[in-house]
Amino acid sequence: MSTETAEIQLKKPKEGLFSKKNRKLITDPLDDSNPVTVQVLGICAALAITVQVEQAVVMSMSVLFVLMGGNFIISLLRNVIPNRIRIIVQLVVVAALVIIVNEVLKAYLPDVSTKLSVFVGLIITNCIIMGRLEAFALGNKPWPSVLDGFGNSMGYAWILIIVSVFREFFGSGTLYGFKILEPLGLYEIGYMNNNMMILPPMALITVGIIIWVQRARNTKLIEAN
Amino acid sequence: MAIDRNSNAFTFGFAIAMVIVVGSVLAFLSMYLKPLQQKNDKDKKMMSILGAINVDATRQNADEMYIKFISDSRVLNAQGDVIESEVSAFDIDKKKQYKNKNIAVEDRIHPLFISDIDGAKYYIIPMAGAGLWGPIWGFMAIEEDFTTIYGVRFDHKGETPGLGSEISSYEKFQKQWEGKKIANDDGSFHSFLVSKSPADPSDQFAVDGITGGTITSKALEEMVNRSVSTYVKYFNSLQKESVE
Repeated sequence: MSTETAEIQLKKPKEGLFSKKNRKLITDPLDDSNPVTVQVLGICAALAITVQVEQAVVMSMSVLFVLMGGNFIISLLRNVIPNRIRIIVQLVVVAALVIIVNEVLKAYLPDVSTKLSVFVGLIITNCIIMGRLEAFALGNKPWPSVLDGFGNSMGYAWILIIVSVFREFFGSGTLYGFKILEPLGLYEIGYMNNNMMILPPMALITVGIIIWVQRARNTKLIEAN
Repeated sequence: MAIDRNSNAFTFGFAIAMVIVVGSVLAFLSMYLKPLQQKNDKDKKMMSILGAINVDATRQNADEMYIKFISDSRVLNAQGDVIESEVSAFDIDKKKQYKNKNIAVEDRIHPLFISDIDGAKYYIIPMAGAGLWGPIWGFMAIEEDFTTIYGVRFDHKGETPGLGSEISSYEKFQKQWEGKKIANDDGSFHSFLVSKSPADPSDQFAVDGITGGTITSKALEEMVNRSVSTYVKYFNSLQKESVE
């Protein structure tokens, strides 16, 4: 124990930008502490916007911006924010960033913006973001916080994208808007899209299957009963 | 740190400073992006109007295509008479008018766009209504005989993806409207049906609704019938004039 702390203290002054500890901030949320499948946060948005891959991608990019930006700003201010109103401060920072994303999308990507409609605004209520600000950014330096934000958004993004690939493929027969099944002639021999895939319950079931697969592979995640 | 950051004064001061900073950043951003956003909305509207007469415009060339193809516009009152309006036909926002409960139905004004393609005239009717989750709107182009639909474009704010949202798909939904009719041969209005069960292809006044999108389909039907019936009054007066 004591050697370990000593070691860390020795290393500290020359800790690289992508030291082992910092790399872990990125890799951990991808698997061991994935915000969606392990912490089961941000599920509401994951269910709503995973009907099409394009929406999932833009949503992930938006979350990436908001979470990295939010973590950075809160981490910079962590020694100044009055403790009693810290949640309100976090909320204001997140809300401001989300409005920025929304306005920029409207101005530069109007077509994607209409597709995502209210869901960009709902990033404010995404538990992952408040969770990371409260749990990590308030107690850590800006650079690790940015990495933590990046890691967690990526952990969120890959689940979203996998779910949306499943749902768009089986629900609409397309991927990223490109028709996959129609040129194969499947519809002519009687194949039909599964409309159930488009409805939110199937997103929940797909997330459930991903959790199942993940736990079968990564036995660390199974709680001891 | 010298200041006690848990004191009331600091807490209030921090909150006030934060609100001022965030507020001015957002206000500045909004002012900066506003012209771009308004242009996007305008381009989109032009693209939809042109889409109804099957002219594919992009955001880049919407302006010039609009000037090229839309030659004239009118503003009608609820009785179908042409009126002088302070706002130009293009700037009348039917969606806002539809939502605004303070404007009585009889006081709504209705823009009409007239297009001239190689000597053939098309009358483009804008429309707005309420779908399942949010507003729906569209444009319908009528041929010179005042009865045949030349083309339609519908769009929506937030209908269920893959179901109600299909009203904005040309291949799946809008194509079947072409050649259908809004009025009997004598010019009187005939209500249109967006059918739940497969529509009879020979039926001139019906199209297939969207499976799983019944409420959106019915809302669309209501919007089309309500909007078109006003314009048919104007078309009838035009026809009368030409007969006399």
